[in-house]
This record gives sequence, C-alpha cells and structure tokens, in this order.
Amino acid sequence: MGALAAALPATEIDLDLARTLLYHMVMMRELEDRIETKLYRQGKVLGGCYTGRGQEAISVGSAILSQPGDWLTPSHRDMGALLIRGIAPKEILAQYMGRAGGLTRGRDGNMHMGCAKRHCVPIISSIGASVPVAGGLALAMKYRGESNVVFNYFGDGATSRGDWHEGLNMAAVMDLPIVYLCNNNQYAYSTPLDRQMNIDDVVERAPGYGLPAEIVSGNDVLAVFKATRRALEHVRGGNGPYLIECKTFRMSGHSAHDRAEYVPGMLREEWSRKDPVLMLQKYMVDREWATEQDFKQIRKGVLDEIDNAVEWALAQPFPDPSTLEDDVYETAPSGGRLRSAP
Amino acid sequence: MTETTYVQAIRAGIWEEMERDPNVFVMGEDIAEYGGAFKVTAGMLERFGEKRVVDTPLSESAIVGAGTGAAINGLRPVLEMQFADFMACGFDQITNFAAKCRYRWGQQIPMVIRAPAGGNIHGGPFHSQNVEMPYVHTPGLKVVQPATAYDAKGLLKASIRDNDPVIFLEHKYLYRSVKERLPAGDYTVPLGKAKVRREGNDLSIVAYGWMVHTALDAAAQLAAEGIDMEVLDLRTLAPLDREAVLATVRKTNKVIFLHEDTLTGGLGGELAGIVGEHAFEYLDGPMVRIAAPDTPVPFSETLEKAFLPTVDEVIEQARNLHRY
Ligand SMILES: Cc1ncc(C[n+]2csc(CCOP(=O)(O)OP(=O)(O)O)c2C)c(N)n1
Repeated sequence: MGALAAALPATEIDLDLARTLLYHMVMMRELEDRIETKLYRQGKVLGGCYTGRGQEAISVGSAILSQPGDWLTPSHRDMGALLIRGIAPKEILAQYMGRAGGLTRGRDGNMHMGCAKRHCVPIISSIGASVPVAGGLALAMKYRGESNVVFNYFGDGATSRGDWHEGLNMAAVMDLPIVYLCNNNQYAYSTPLDRQMNIDDVVERAPGYGLPAEIVSGNDVLAVFKATRRALEHVRGGNGPYLIECKTFRMSGHSAHDRAEYVPGMLREEWSRKDPVLMLQKYMVDREWATEQDFKQIRKGVLDEIDNAVEWALAQPFPDPSTLEDDVYETAPSGGRLRSAP
Repeated sequence: MTETTYVQAIRAGIWEEMERDPNVFVMGEDIAEYGGAFKVTAGMLERFGEKRVVDTPLSESAIVGAGTGAAINGLRPVLEMQFADFMACGFDQITNFAAKCRYRWGQQIPMVIRAPAGGNIHGGPFHSQNVEMPYVHTPGLKVVQPATAYDAKGLLKASIRDNDPVIFLEHKYLYRSVKERLPAGDYTVPLGKAKVRREGNDLSIVAYGWMVHTALDAAAQLAAEGIDMEVLDLRTLAPLDREAVLATVRKTNKVIFLHEDTLTGGLGGELAGIVGEHAFEYLDGPMVRIAAPDTPVPFSETLEKAFLPTVDEVIEQARNLHRY
C-alpha cells in the first residue's frame, strides 16, 4: 500500500477502501508525530514543523479519489495527499531533514514539498497563492480537452487573501475543473475564525462567485470521501469548480514551536472526542470489518515502515554546497558563478 | 517592403509562435475581442479561437498564478499585463512562486509576462513607471526590454521559447515611434546578450529601452564635436551580459550608465558595481549615472519632461566625462 496504483480507483465504500483510508491516516498521524515529537526535538529536523494532526481525514478522504492525471495542491496540513500520490515516507523525512535525497533536495524545508511526476505542487508559502495556480493547472486540462481535475487545498485563513477571491472568481467565470477543499480548523495561526471573517461558514463566500459549495464533517473520512465524489461528478462533468468546506480542528499548535495557549481547553477536549482515526475504526468495528487487533497490526506496520524510512533519511547526505547556484535558470548565466569576485 | 513598428513586431512575434507551437497561448485583460489596450493581440481571437486567446477578469495575481499553473501543466503562456505598473498586483505570484519553481522543485516555468512600461506618453504616476528593478533583483526571472522593432520580435520569440519565466518590458513610447524593415523569415534574438549599437572610442554609454535612442541621438550630436561615443544596448537586464559591459569599458575607459528608471536602486548602481569590481583599473574617469530623479512619474508635460533623462543631459555629461 502507499502507491498510487494501489489506491486507485476508489469509488465504493467497502472494507478495502476503509483499510486503505485507515492506513494513510495512520501513516500521516504517526509520521508527523515522529517528525514533531522526536526528530524536531532531537534537532534532526530544523526550521518550521507543521502537522495536520486531527485533520487527516480531509486530505486522505479526498485525494484517494484522485486519478493519475489529476493535479493536487496540498496545504501544510495535507500530508495524506502526498502519501496517496505515492510520495514515500522516506522522501518526506529526507525533505524535513534538508537532505539531498529530499523532494526539494534541501532547497526548501518541511511541508514545502511536491513532485511534478506525481502531480503535487509544493506548497506556495504565500497562503492563498495556490488558488490561482490551481486555475492554471485546470486551464491546461481544459485546453487539451482532458477530463482531469485539480484538488486545491487551503485553510480558513487563506480565504481572507485576495488571491483566493481572484482565483475563485476566475475559475468560476472560466468553468475550470477544480475541487476546492477548505480545511476549516477554526484557527489561522492564533487568529480564531470570528476574527478572520464576519460570516459563520466559508461556504457563504461561494454564492458570491456563483459556485456550488457544501459543508461536511472534516473529521469523518467517509463523509469527506462522499462529498468529494459528489464534487467530482459536478466538476468532471464540465460544470466548473466546487467548494467543500471541511469542519475540523487543529489538534496541535500552528507549528511545533507554538503551544496554542490561546485555544480554550474545552474546545480542544470537545474535538479530541472526534478523532478521525478513531471514528473510522469505530465504523469498521461496527460493521465487523476489523478488530482492535487489526488496528494494532496496521499501526505496527506503519511504525516499522517509519523506522526504516528514518534510518534511510538519516543516512542521506546533505546537499553539496557547490550546488548552491544550480537550477536558478535552465542554463547558468554566462560568467559562471553568479557572485562576483575582484 | 514596408516597415514594421515596434508594436507590430511584437504582435507578429506572438502570432508566429502561436502558429508554430500549439501550446503557446495568450491571456490577459481585454485581449480577445478588443485586442488589448495597445492592440497587440488584435485579430488573434479570429485566427486562434477562444481557447488560445483568453480574456480574464481584472485580476493580475490570478492571471500570473494561472499562467504559472498552466506552465506547470505543459503550456507556454504569454500573459499580458495591461500596464507594467499593475504587475505589482501579481508580484507575489511572480517573485514568490514562478521565479522559484525551478530552484525549489526542478519545475520549469516557460512563461512570458508582457508588460507595457515607460513614460513620455503623459501616463502619470500609474501608467508610466519603469518597474524592472524588483524583477531584476529576483533570482530565477529573466528581464528583457527591447529598443528596436527587430529586437522586439526576436527577443519576444526567444522569450516564448525560453524555459524560464521572462518579464518582457515593452516601451510604450517606442510602440509606434520606431519602425524598420524586418526580415521575412523566422529569427530570434538571444536573451542575455547585449548589442553595441554604435561603435566609439572615446567613451561608452550603456542603456536599454527608449534610452538607447536618447543615447544614439546624443552620440550623433557628439560626433559632430569630435567626441566618439560607443552605445551599448543591454537588451536583457537579467541575467546581465556582464562581459559586454566590461568589454566596452575596457575599450573606451570611460562610461555612462543611462536609464529612464529612477536613480536609487536603479540598474546603473549594479552596473557601476560590476565595473568597479572587474574593470576598475581600466577607468580613466568617474563612472556617471544618468537617471530619472527619485520621484513618482509626474503627469504634467513640464514636469514629465523635467523627470525624464534628455539628449541634452547626456551630451553635457558626455562632454564633461570626455574632458575629465
Ligand atoms: C500571505 C501569508 N501571510 C502570512 C503567512 C504566515 N502564516 C503561515 S500559515 C498561517 C495561518 C494559515 O491559516 P489557514 O489558512 O487557516 O491554515 P491552517 O494553518 O489553519 O491550516 C499564517 C498566518 C503566510 N505563510 N503567508
């Protein structure tokens, strides 16, 4: 599991699908946990460190429906999408560690990774900027008459950016094939939703651009899956973009340095009872699709995989400083090294 | 054979590239049926259809972002900014994303952003600026500004075929004020290569865009006084053709840097840095910068005239430097 081919095509909710979803959610949970609570604290991961703890259902439940020709623009809470697209835990770890074997070869850190081969655009750190870019990816699909779509992920805070509004408006005007997936985790860094927007739900913005939108429980992976399936039917049918607002909660600080003391304890407690992994497991147990023993086994398999991946990543070399000035342009400007010397 | 204006040359360059490569398309505000604010894309809708001549909402950031996304997904967008001044609205997309894609994840962005720039057209503070420097300062971008119709077409075609993002600055005053006979067949002008427009031995002037013509006019008048000024047209501002700049300085030993852009942080300072580091021992006089003063571009004719560098100013500075 973990490879794109193994995950596709998923359309019906059955035991196989449930196991696949669970595997990716557990992998995302454990991999991020390893990165944040071990490697980061040990100083093996430097810089920022963002996780999607508690939000795994969103990227996993949606990206599982992506076809190979689709493009995805995951946000910093959407590691599950990368995993589903076949990006291996070891590549992710090497990226976090700034190694030459990481997806950006040490040029960028943490979740700022992607892969052209697997159709994942790396995070554009300017929040909201991925929305117009998703439009361009989709425009090229329409240009060639393909039935592919773009999965564009962002948080509630992103919807305050001008780019978000420009991007949505343009995509709606041009009927571009995009599924917008908003993870509304109720905070943007320390800013709560009611200081971010003067409306209750992100979907209220959609009618202003003339696109359909729906709210879904972002902690219920099957609900996300079904909503995405509905959205895809609309979008692949050539009817233009579709917005899904996934209600969820960020079960961590904004990043590893942030203790999130601004979050009321009650709120966190309330959402801890809606853990997306436990919710899926309960669904599976209720249907007698799996037992606690199965879950333990899945988790153990994941942890073993992570152990091996960490070992591999730690053995990767750091990038050679002599490569610093490579790949700024297709061909290096004449005069060799860009820095001048007397 | 008729002469082609700078603006016609640009139009022809896009047209030919669209005929040549089905992945090339144009996108911008009011460019389809209307043909663009300067009519660069006039007639393209009829020839190439809606799919390849894309009108957008008034959204510069979305235009650039969508261009970048389309480039990632295999197309070769040629974007039009209605005025270079408004490229600032897409600045984040250009500098924080498009410019960095190759470096971050090895993704090429074969995209051209065409932007009508420059003054002397009574455009005022929002329609006359020379906006090159923030982009010149952004690694990963190429910045081009042609001075002639021949170069406008050849550099644009080269930019469209280039696999890096190119900011293509078109001088609005040159659009209809310069023209020449162009070769019938396909040709390109390489990016990153300056051109000596006039050979000279006494001193050099380095310029680009409209200012190349100011420099040439000044050189013609100086010749009558027996001062022989070499004129170097940079053509590409990033990456700079350092060798050509150093070569002309080593040849004449005196240099003026001329640009229509404002002085502080203008390209002249960077050029002086290069010459100071690499050709200091060749200099027989101080390096001279001629540029617009550090003000917004004013509207009123008297003010704009005072703002823009003039032929007389170049002549005076050249005489002083020659005497030095
Ligand atoms: C344009 C911009 N401003 C500020 C930041 C710093 N920043 C990074 S993430 C973030 C909060 C994002 O909130 P949201 O979009 O809701 O996503 P979440 O982190 O909650 O998933 C901020 C302010 C940024 N990356 N980009």
